[in-house]
Formats: sequence, C-alpha cells, structure tokens
Amino acid sequence: MRVYLDNNATTMVDPKVKEAMDPFFCEIYGNPNSLHDFGTATHPHLRKAMDQLYAGINAADEDDIVITSCATESNNWVIKSVYFDLIENGEKNHVITTEVEHPSVLAAFKWLEKRGVNVTYLPVNSEGIVEAHTVRDFITDKTALVSIMWANNETGMIFPVEEIANICAQKGVLFHTDAVQAIGKVKVDVQKVKVDYLSFSAHKFHGPKGVGGLYIRSKKELSPLLNGGEQMRGLRSGTLNVPGIVGMGQAMELASYYLEFENDKVRKLRDKLEDALLEIPDTFVVGSKEKRTPNTILISVRGVEGEAMLWDLNRAGIAASTGSACASEDLEANPVMEAIGAEADLAHTAVRLSLSRFTTEEEIDYTIKEFKKAVERLRSISSSYAYKPQQV
Amino acid sequence: MAKNDLIGGSIWEEYSQKVQDLMNNPRNKGELTEEDAKKLGGKLIVADYGAESCGDAVRLYWIVDPKTDRILDAKFKSFGCGTAIASSDTMVELCKGKTVDEAVKITNIDVEKAMRDHPDVPAVPPQKMHCSVMAYDVIKKAASIYKGVDMDSFEDEIIVCECARVSLSTIKEVIKLNDLKTVEEITDYTKAGAFCKSCIRPGGHEEREYYLVDILEETRKEMEQERMKEAADASSEGKELAFNDMTTVQKIKTIEKVIDENIRQFLVMDGGNLEIIDVKENGAYTDVYIRYLGACAGCASSTTGTLFAIENTLKEKLDENIRVLPI
Repeated sequence: MRVYLDNNATTMVDPKVKEAMDPFFCEIYGNPNSLHDFGTATHPHLRKAMDQLYAGINAADEDDIVITSCATESNNWVIKSVYFDLIENGEKNHVITTEVEHPSVLAAFKWLEKRGVNVTYLPVNSEGIVEAHTVRDFITDKTALVSIMWANNETGMIFPVEEIANICAQKGVLFHTDAVQAIGKVKVDVQKVKVDYLSFSAHKFHGPKGVGGLYIRSKKELSPLLNGGEQMRGLRSGTLNVPGIVGMGQAMELASYYLEFENDKVRKLRDKLEDALLEIPDTFVVGSKEKRTPNTILISVRGVEGEAMLWDLNRAGIAASTGSACASEDLEANPVMEAIGAEADLAHTAVRLSLSRFTTEEEIDYTIKEFKKAVERLRSISSSYAYKPQQV
Repeated sequence: MAKNDLIGGSIWEEYSQKVQDLMNNPRNKGELTEEDAKKLGGKLIVADYGAESCGDAVRLYWIVDPKTDRILDAKFKSFGCGTAIASSDTMVELCKGKTVDEAVKITNIDVEKAMRDHPDVPAVPPQKMHCSVMAYDVIKKAASIYKGVDMDSFEDEIIVCECARVSLSTIKEVIKLNDLKTVEEITDYTKAGAFCKSCIRPGGHEEREYYLVDILEETRKEMEQERMKEAADASSEGKELAFNDMTTVQKIKTIEKVIDENIRQFLVMDGGNLEIIDVKENGAYTDVYIRYLGACAGCASSTTGTLFAIENTLKEKLDENIRVLPI
C-alpha cells in the first residue's frame, strides 16, 4: 500500500484542476498580451481564475492579487521590496519576524541583515506560536515590516494573525503573512484579518507546482522585483502562466468548497491517527489539536531518531517528513523543536504526518499499524531502551 | 554548480546497498548481560557514547576474556538514523574476535570502508561520515573502561577532523608546505572539514577543541613570524636576502639604499630630490609611494621619463613587481 502523508510538503493535483488546465496547453495557448484572437481567447478564463482567487481569500476588487511563480518568490518580493522602498533610504531600519518561519522568509531576512538591517526574531512559546502582545512590545518607530506566518509548516499551529494585524495597523507598520500552510485548511479572509501582504502557493492546496500569489492590499503597492513586459500592470513582469493561473483558480475554488470537509472529515481522520499513535508509550505531539490546522501532526517518539523512523515508514510505502538532524546537510536538530524548547532528548525525534482531503480511513488504519511496527523495531535497537547494568 | 547539482538528490540515494541492508537488518543489535558473560567466562563491558540530544547515541556491549584480552562476543544498541545503526553494526562485527588492543585500532574509516559496495565509492554521503565516528569513539570508551585508563590515552595525536581523521600536525604541515590561505584549500588538500563540517568553525553540529579557522590563523601567524625571524637572522649575519623574503622594514631600507646609490644624485644635480612616503604590499605587487621635491615637483618628466627610470632601476635591482607611484 502507498500512503502519502506529506501534504504540507506538496499535494496531489486535484483531477478537476488538471482537467481545467488541460485546454491551455494545446488549444487555448495564445499569449494573453497578444492582440489577436489566440491571445484574447485566454482572457475570459484568466478573469474567471482571478475571480476564484479573489473570492477564495475574500479580497476586495481594489486590492491586488499578483500571480508569482511560488510562495518563495512572493515572500522574497515583499521583504526585499520593503527594504528597497523603506529601509535603503534610511527612513526605517528594523523588521520583525519569528524563529520558525519558512526558510524563504528567514533567508530573505538574513539577506537584509547583511545589509545592516536590524531583524528581531521573535521566540515561540511551548506550543510553538508567537503571542500577539510580544509583537507590540518590539515595534518601534523604525520598524518597517512585520512578517509572521499564518500557520506553521511543521506543527500546523495557527498564529494569532488577526490580533497581530490589528496591532500593526494601529502602529502603522506593514504586516505580511506567509499563508502557504493555511489556505485550504482554515478560512483565510483578508477582510477579517487586516494583513497588507499575504503569500500563497497553488501546490499546497491541490493546484499545480510553479504558480503562487501575493495579495497586496489597496494602496500598499511594492516596487517590482521583475522588470520586463509590464504584465500584471508592471508589478510582476513575465508572460502569464495561463494553465497555472487557471489551475490555481480552480484549486482555490475547490479549497474553499472543501473547507468544511477539511475541518470535519480530515480532522476526524487526523485525530484518529493522533490518538492511536499517542497510545504508544513515550510519544508527544506538539500543540493542542484545536489550535492546529486540521491535517497536521508533529509527533516525537522517544528513543527513535526521526530519519530512522522515516526510513521504516518509507519501506512500508508511507511518506512522512522530518526536519530533524540527520536528514539535512548541516545535521541540525529540528528548528521548531528547538524553538519551542522541547526536551533536548526529543529534538531529533520529530516526525511530521500531514493528511489531505484525499487521505482515506483505510490508509490511516494501515499507517497506525505500520507506525507501531516501526517504533517497535527501532526501539528494539535503541540505546534508550536497553539493558544497563550497574557499572563497576 | 553544474548540471548534476541543480536538482538536489536525496541522501538516501547515496547509501550503499550494504548500508541499506544493515539498516533494515542489523546483525549485532541487542544486549549482553552478566549472565552471558558468566557463560562465556568473560568480563562484561558496557560503554556509552554520544547523546540523544545531539542526534546519536550508541551503547556497546563486550564480553572480554580477561586472560587473553580477546573480545568473545559483542552487541550494540543505538539511537540514531539508519547510517548510525549500520555503522554501529559494522563496528561490532569488526570488533568480534579481536583483542582489545587490536580493536582500538579500528577507525571510523575502516567502518565506512567495510560498508562500501565498491572499493572506490563511499558508503554514505559526506555529512553521514559523522555516524561512523560515533562507532569508533565507543570502542575507545569500552577499551578505556576495560583497562581502567583514560580514553585519550588511545590517541597518539590530536585529531582535528574526526570524520576524515586528520591530525593537528598534518594540517599545520600542509598549510606551511603549500602556503595555504583559506579553509577551503585545507579541505581540498586534507579532506578535513569535508564531512560533518563541525571542525571548520564554532557553532557546527558538535563542539570541538580545535577549529580549522583558528588553526589557519595561528599557523599563518607562525609562518609570518618564522619568515621575519629568518629575514632578521639573515641580515644580521650579513647574508644576501631575496627582496620577497624581506620584512617590510628591510624592504623600505633596501629601496632607500638603491635610490641613494643610483638615483638621488641625478635628481640633486638638476636641483630636485624625492622622499619615500610609504611602501605597501598590494597582492603580488610592492607599491612604493614617493614625493618629488625641489625642481622635480612639477617637472614634466617626473611622471614620464624620470618615473620610468626610477621604477626600472628598482625592478632591475630588487624585484619585478615593484611599482612606483608619485603622489
């Protein structure tokens, strides 16, 4: 049996999305910028896709949703353009983020740091989130931008973005959120949550890879990073990725449609899996179920190193993930586990299981069985569970 | 960067078949007890190395014959990734039947080589070499318990890079012989720092006693001091010294002397003169900054013919890479 429980890394393209994209490869393939009918034939489809995207996050017509190639691009665009627009000229010199952001946010902030910008990395509490009041404490009159994720990729923990957005608005500081792990899992509404910028990526909600978006609230425009043929009103040049945009629009509509399903059926399966795995002695899950996206579990199994666990699961056909030690080039412990201050012995034991609306109960039952087998085998090898005589 | 690097691979694809098989079915996993020891008529030794908080920990069990020091049986338990399990298992296999003195000679490199499918293809990717070091350290720990001595007594040399087993003396020697200036060069020449990277600078996976960045800085300083000492000794003994081997002070004095003996008299005859303002090492070049005095200042030839004559004299008498710059 093959079971895909790594949906926070990427998702299967929904067959309905694939179907919606299909005509735009060999039939309606014109360049939307062209004057002729081949080009203009794409326009109604692009407009529909934009409507789907705007509806998906409840954006107002006067706001922008600029299509990018991925959330990494969206995140870099916001952070670097704020640097060029507000910091390079000396007006501001400070930005705020968290210790547990996606690498595309952290690395972009490191880039700013090299240029002399002060970056505050807010610590997270034991549940892995930043409390809104800490943001208020760190904002100064030199703060240009606050960038805090909507939901964490490793733990699924949902951050208090609504409160943070209000604080930023009150203080007159720009607020960006990386909502990559939120769309399709929880309601994302930019009328309710007053963010200035919001990044997302189609392949995290059953759309295609290579297309993402950046929501920009009206009058909060950014300098473009890509200059060229003035597509997207000059905000992001480059020939429009027509099949990608159509696919992302369709995926967004489906994501909204399935939100209830996600919160009910996917959550139930997730909880079933979580409860069963927590029956294994000495296992721990980060964050309470209600405060997490409904599809994610970050579980620590005492005495079992994360990559070893992935190896055994993979042999059983189950795909999971870990940011821990041995799977990465620099052998570092899972950064989120370190940030939440987890017991040191558990820092290398975290395994992430992330479901989707395509996950079946049969797959969950199989995973429970195989997970337990893997723990049993690896603990039989583990020095944490070993005979230790009184040493003379 | 090149074609093969642009789309990242999975480290799992770099494990040898032997490593994979041992991860799936380690032969020597398990425990040995006092009872097992009694049965074999040996002494039970249990040694721990590493910590779960660092990502790997291994426990080694030996039953040693106290008369012959021979390891009669061995097993392991390990908290770690698959390669840590495979390395520990291989290490135990290599220990069995050896005397304790023979066993401490097994290195992490022996362990890694024993897991290769092909003699020239590494069994694990570079960052996983670290796992085999654990296997090696735990042997020394077990031997130190058995003999009641300190672990360090098994190491004749100070090892800076555990993964590639490169000693402090080797690194210093290579830096000096090859005039190495960067850590990358040290890695290219010795492989030190090519694997888990902990020994390059503080802040890596593991805290180390010596770091390549510090060794490089210190050795460069030593080299500079040696060079100065040689230059000073040579000049006090009245020996001829190549311009490049001179200290900066000696260079200035020498340039001054060449100018006095070959140039100054001609300038003075025309009612001019020059003074040396500064001498600077600029990469491969030595830049000599001069200021013209008297009639020379403002003379048309001072930036053309006279300047070339001064520079050519210094080049000819001292070094090809001298440049003269009037200010």
